[in-house]
Amino acid sequence: MRTRYSSSLAFLFLSILLVNLSLFVSNSFAFQSDEFLADDEEFGIEGGRTPDPAVPTQPVSSPPSVRKRSSDLVSDPDSKFQFSLEHAFGDSDFSPAGTFSARLRTWSHGGQTLTKLRFSRNGLSETEKENFKKLLEGDDFYRIRVPSNVLTPPGREYIVSSVKARCLPRDGLDEHFMIHMEGVNILAVNYGSPGSCPYPRQLKIPAKWSFKSHTVLKNSEQAPRTPVFTEEVVGENAEGELPPPERSFWAKYWMYLIPLGLIVMNAITQAMNMAEEPGTGTGQPGAQTQQAVAGVQRGQTNAVRRR
Amino acid sequence: MNMAIRVFLLLLIIFSSMYPTLCIYEDQVGHMDWHQQYIGKVKHAVFHTQKAARKRVVVSTEENVVASLDLRRGEIFWRHVLGPKDVIDALDIALGKYVITLSSGGTILRAWNLPDGQMMWESTLSGSTPSMSLLSVPTNLKIGKDDVVFVYGSGCLYAVASIDGEVIWKKELTSEGVHIQQLIYPDGTDIIYAVGLAGLTQFDAYQINVKTGELLKHSSMVFPAGFSGDLSFITSDIAVTLDSTGSILVAVHFQDGEISFHQTQVSELGWDFSGPAVLLLTKLPGMFALEINKSIVFIKVTNEGKLEVVDKLGQSTAVSESLNLSEGQQAFGLIQRGDGKIFLSVKLGSDWTSNLLQETIQMDYQRGNAHKVFINTYVRTDRSNGFRALIVMEDHSLFLLQQGEIVWSREDGLASITDVMASELPVEKDGVSVAKVEHNLFEWLKGHLLKLKGTLMIATPDDVAAIQKLRLQSSEKSKMTRDHNGFRKLLIVLTRAGKLFALHTGDGRIVWSLFLDSLRKSETCQNPRGLSLHQWQDPHHHVLDENPSVLVVGRCDHSTDSPGVLSVVDTYTGQERNHLGPTHSITRVIPLPFTDSAEQRLHLLLDVNRQAHLYPRTTEALDIFQRELGNIYWYSADVDKGILKGHAVQNNCILKIADSYCFNTRDLWSIILPSESEKIIATATRNLNEAVHTQAKVTSDQEVMYKYISKNLLFLATVAPKAVGPVGSVTPEESWLVVYVIDTVTGRILHRMTHHGSQGPVQAVFSENWVVYHYFNLKAHRYEMSVIEIYDQSRSDNKDILKLLLGKHNLTSPITAYSRPEVIAKSQSYFFTHSVKTLAVTSTAKGITSKQLLLGTIGDQVLALDKRFLDPRRTVNPTQAEKEEGIIPLTDSLPIIPQSYVTHALKVEGLRGIATVPAKLESTTLVFAYGVDLFFTRLAPSRTYDSLTEDFSYALLLITIAALVIAIFVTWIWSEKKELQEKWR
Repeated sequence: MRTRYSSSLAFLFLSILLVNLSLFVSNSFAFQSDEFLADDEEFGIEGGRTPDPAVPTQPVSSPPSVRKRSSDLVSDPDSKFQFSLEHAFGDSDFSPAGTFSARLRTWSHGGQTLTKLRFSRNGLSETEKENFKKLLEGDDFYRIRVPSNVLTPPGREYIVSSVKARCLPRDGLDEHFMIHMEGVNILAVNYGSPGSCPYPRQLKIPAKWSFKSHTVLKNSEQAPRTPVFTEEVVGENAEGELPPPERSFWAKYWMYLIPLGLIVMNAITQAMNMAEEPGTGTGQPGAQTQQAVAGVQRGQTNAVRRR
Repeated sequence: MNMAIRVFLLLLIIFSSMYPTLCIYEDQVGHMDWHQQYIGKVKHAVFHTQKAARKRVVVSTEENVVASLDLRRGEIFWRHVLGPKDVIDALDIALGKYVITLSSGGTILRAWNLPDGQMMWESTLSGSTPSMSLLSVPTNLKIGKDDVVFVYGSGCLYAVASIDGEVIWKKELTSEGVHIQQLIYPDGTDIIYAVGLAGLTQFDAYQINVKTGELLKHSSMVFPAGFSGDLSFITSDIAVTLDSTGSILVAVHFQDGEISFHQTQVSELGWDFSGPAVLLLTKLPGMFALEINKSIVFIKVTNEGKLEVVDKLGQSTAVSESLNLSEGQQAFGLIQRGDGKIFLSVKLGSDWTSNLLQETIQMDYQRGNAHKVFINTYVRTDRSNGFRALIVMEDHSLFLLQQGEIVWSREDGLASITDVMASELPVEKDGVSVAKVEHNLFEWLKGHLLKLKGTLMIATPDDVAAIQKLRLQSSEKSKMTRDHNGFRKLLIVLTRAGKLFALHTGDGRIVWSLFLDSLRKSETCQNPRGLSLHQWQDPHHHVLDENPSVLVVGRCDHSTDSPGVLSVVDTYTGQERNHLGPTHSITRVIPLPFTDSAEQRLHLLLDVNRQAHLYPRTTEALDIFQRELGNIYWYSADVDKGILKGHAVQNNCILKIADSYCFNTRDLWSIILPSESEKIIATATRNLNEAVHTQAKVTSDQEVMYKYISKNLLFLATVAPKAVGPVGSVTPEESWLVVYVIDTVTGRILHRMTHHGSQGPVQAVFSENWVVYHYFNLKAHRYEMSVIEIYDQSRSDNKDILKLLLGKHNLTSPITAYSRPEVIAKSQSYFFTHSVKTLAVTSTAKGITSKQLLLGTIGDQVLALDKRFLDPRRTVNPTQAEKEEGIIPLTDSLPIIPQSYVTHALKVEGLRGIATVPAKLESTTLVFAYGVDLFFTRLAPSRTYDSLTEDFSYALLLITIAALVIAIFVTWIWSEKKELQEKWR
C-alpha cells in the first residue's frame, strides 16, 4: 500500500515535471518574436554627424572572447554571444552594419537554440547614405548577409538576402528580419520591408536615415502526425449502434400512440355523448353534423363538376 | 400534356444517368486510349529458328528488357522488363528451350522458358569483387547428368546446371587481381580456359577442369609496355591486343599454358596508318578489327601468327559476330551505309573478297547509321544457305532484312522518351478537302441504328462486334486537323537517341519523325544527347499562318560543361527550321513569359560560367528583354553542397567578342542547409502553363480563403544524410524529412516542417497553392502522402461587403514578392499503400475542373486519386455544411479504388513519367504515360459535364423527340375530344 502510494507520488511529480518541460519545449518551438525596441537616440544619427561605423553603439564585449566562451557551452547552459550583420549596396563589397546578440540555450537532449535575440544596427555613414540614395535612384538591390553558423562564423558560407532598396523607406527605413534557424545554423534570412512593396516601386527618399528593425526568430515546425484511427474506428462503430436506444419512447412508437390516443379520445367522447343522450338538446348537434356532411358532399360534387 | 412532360423528364434522367466517365466499361477499352509496347535498343540477339514451329529471335535491350520477337512479323511473343538496376550482361539459349540471362553485374542468372517466357529458375551467384560478367553455353557438355552453363561474374567462375540453376562448382579467380575477359571452351575437351589481364601488364590464362572446377594450370606472362585493356579473341588460342600507347599490336598465343607475345607496329601494317588505334570488340573468324583515324581496318591473323590487313572501311560500318555454317565454315555480316540505302554483305570467314550475299536496301536517312547487326542462316528452297539480318539503327529502331527487303521494322527508340510536349494540329481550312467523316447518310444512319441497338441491349454479338469496330475506326479521332474539343493533338517526344517523333493523340501513330542533325554524332560533337523540349513558337493570335515550333536543347557530352546544341523544329511538317551549335554550355533553360511579334517565346539559357544567353537572337527580343530585365529571377540548387541560390540578370557580359545577347548574373539570396543534418533529395515546382480558375475558395461557413498563388514557389525536400539510402538502412530516430516551400524571387522560406522518422524517396507534385508528396514513414512502416496548402492571409479581411462596395479592399492591388507574405500553411498526412514511381496532376484548360493526382505505381500502372482525399481541411466528423462542400471524413489512409486505374488492365512497363495536357474542353485532360511502353488516354476528373459522350445515340434522341411530338398531338386530340364530350353532357 505504502509503496504504491509513493510510486503514485513519484508519478505525479514526474508528470508535473513533464508538463513543465513540454511547456518549455513548446515555448521554444513557437515564435520567438523579439522586437527590438528601436530607440532612435541609440542610433545617434539625427544630428547628421558621421559616426564611425566600426564603433558599435551598444557597449558589448569584443567578439573573440565571446567565441571562447561559446566553446565551453556545456558547462554554461545560457551563454551570451553575438554575430554580425553585414550589408552591401548593389554590387559593392560587404561591410559591417550591425550586431545580433543572443543567448544560446543548451537543452538536456543536446540541442541548442537561440533565445533573446536582439539586434543593434550601426548608423549609416555619409558615404553609405550616398550609396543608399544611388540604390534608390537606380532601383537596385540592398543586400545583407549573416554567417550560416552563429558559433563559428561564417560557417560554411554566408547567408545572403537582398531587397529592392525602394521597398525599405517609410518614414525612416523599415526593415524586417525573419531568421530561420536549425540549432545553431542559420538556414535563411527573409529580409524585407514589413509592409507591402508593389511594383512599380516609387522613388522615396526617407526623412530619417535610421533603421527601424524588427527581428523574428523561427525554428523548425513539426509536421502533424498521420492520424491513426484503428481504435477510434471501433469506437465509432459502437457509437453507430448506440443511437437507437437514445431515441425517446415517443419518437419510436408515435405511429401506434397517435391512433391509440385517437381511439381513446373517440371512446371518451362517445361515452360522454352516451351519457348526455338522455338529456334535452340531443337533436341539435346531430342535425348540425348532418348538415356539415351534406355540405361536404356538395362541395365535392362541385369540385367534380368543375373538373 | 402533363404526361408528355413527365415522359420527357424521365428520358432526360435516363440519359443523364447514362454517361459513364469515372471508369470505363469493358467495351470502351481502346476507344479513347491507346497502348504501345516497345523493347528499347537491342544489345544482344539470339535467333531460334531450328526445329521451331514459330521462328523467333530472343533479344535483350538497353532498357533491361528480355523479349522474344516473332521473326515473321516482329511482334512481341513475350517480354520481361527487369528493374532499372538489373542490367542484362549476357543472353543465350541453353538446352534449346531455355533463354539464359545474366544480369546485375554477373550476380543473377535466370532461365526463361522459350515458348511462353515463364521464368524457370533463378540463381543468385554471390561474389566479392565486381568484374566483367561472362556467359558461356557449351553445346554438348554434361557433368554427371546435367547440361551446364559457365558463368563468370564477381570474380568467380561457376558451372551451373542449366536444367535447374543449381551451382555445380565454383572457382574463385580473383587471386592476383586478374580480370577475366573471356571463357573459352573448345568443344569435346575437359578443359575450360579463362583468359584475362592483371593490372594491364600481365596476361593470365587459367585452365580449369570442367567436371570438378579444379584449377589445372595457371600461366601468366608480364608485358612490360602495358596493354590498352581489351582483348580480341581470334581463335581458341590466339588473342590480340594493343599496347598502352595504341601503336603496337600484340598477338598472344596461349596454347597449353605456354604464353608468347608477338609484337607488330601498327605503322608496319602498310596503308600508312597514323594516330593511335582502338581495338574493336568483334568476334570474327580469324580476324579482328581496329579503328584508326576514323576508319575501321580489318586484320587477318594467319596460321603462322602474321598479321595481314584485309580491308579498310568507313567508320559507320557495323559487323556481326561470326555464325557457324555447316562444314565448319564461319560467316559474318557487314552493314555499310550509303546515300539513302544500306549495303548488307555476308562473307565467309576464310575469304574476304567474295560475298555469300550482297544486298542493297533502301533505308531512310532519318534512321542514321547501323549500330549493330545480327545474322542468321536458313536453308533456301534450292538447298543453299540464305541469310537474314537483324539490324539496330542509330535511332534505336530494329529491322529484319531478308532477300533484300525489310521484312519488318520496330520503332524501339520510343522506349526511351526523355521529354514530351504537346502541339496543336493545323486548323481545318476551307477548300482543303478533309476526308468526309460520314461517307453518306445511309452509312451514318446505319451506324447510329447499330449504336441504338447497342444502347437498347438488343444487339446480336455480330452487331456488338460491328459497333466496337466502328468505334475504334472512327476516322474522326485520327484526322490531321484541330478538333472542336481539342482532343486531337500532336505529342512531340524526344528520345534518348536524339530523335524527335510526333505522335497523333487519336491513335498513337507516328506522324513524322526527325533525327536531328545537331544530335547526330559528328566530329565537333562526339557524344550528343537530347536534353529537353521547349515551346518555341505557339501562334494563336495574330500570326496564325505561322506553324508552331519547338526548341530542342541538347548537349555534346554527359558533363554539364560540354557545349550545347539547339535546334528549332516545325511541329506541323517535322522540318528543322534552323539550328545552332555547338555553342556555349547549357545548364538550364528558362522560358520567359514574353513573346515577340512573331509569338516566338523568349528563352534564357544559362551556362556553367553563370552567364545568361537570350534567345531568339533578334533586336526585338532584346528590346523586350531589356524592358523586363529587372523582373527576371531564377534559382539554382547545388545538391551536393546543399546550397540554394537566387539569381538575377545584371549587365552585359564582357567578352572578347561583344555579344549583346549575353548577360552576367548576380546572386541575390542564398539558403544554406546544414550539411550535417540535411541533404536535398527532391524538388518540385509549378507547371508554368497551369491555369488557375479562381484565387478564392469559399468554405462551408461562407468564409473566403484566398489561395496563395505564385509561380515562383519551390518545394524542396531534404533528408538526414544517413537516410539517403534505401528504406531500412536507418533507424527512425536518426532519420527525418524536412520539407520547405520557398519563394524563389526573394528566397523567403514560406513554410518549413519536419517529419521525424521518415525518409525518401520523395516524389512531389506542385499545383496551384498546394503540394503533395510521397515518402516513407519508418515509424509506421508504411508509405505516406502529405499535402501542404498555402493560403494568403493578407487578403482574408476582404469579406466586408461594405468595404468592397466602397472600394476599400486590396483585391486589385498588385502582388509582389517583396511584400512580406502573410501566409498560413495547412498540412495533413495520410498512409498510402503503394510505393510511387512518379507523381503528376491533371490539368485542364481553365482550371475549373477539380484535380486528380496521377500516381505511377510500382506495378507500372497509373492510378487516379481525387485531390479531395488530400485536403488538409478534412476532419473526422465533418459538419453537415462541410459535407455539402465536399469534404470527405478523415481517414488514416488513402483509398485505392480499383476502378480508378487509368491504365485499366494494361501496364506501362518501365513507367518513368506522366505528362498531362489540357484539352480545349474544360472537363477533359489528356494523359500520356511513358516508359518502355506508351499509354495515352483522356480523363475527365469531374466527369464530362460539358459534353455528350461520343457514342451518344443521336438517333435515339431524334426518335424520342419524334415520339414525344406525336404523343403531344395524340394527347391533345384526346383531351379536345374529352372536353367536347364533357360539354355535351
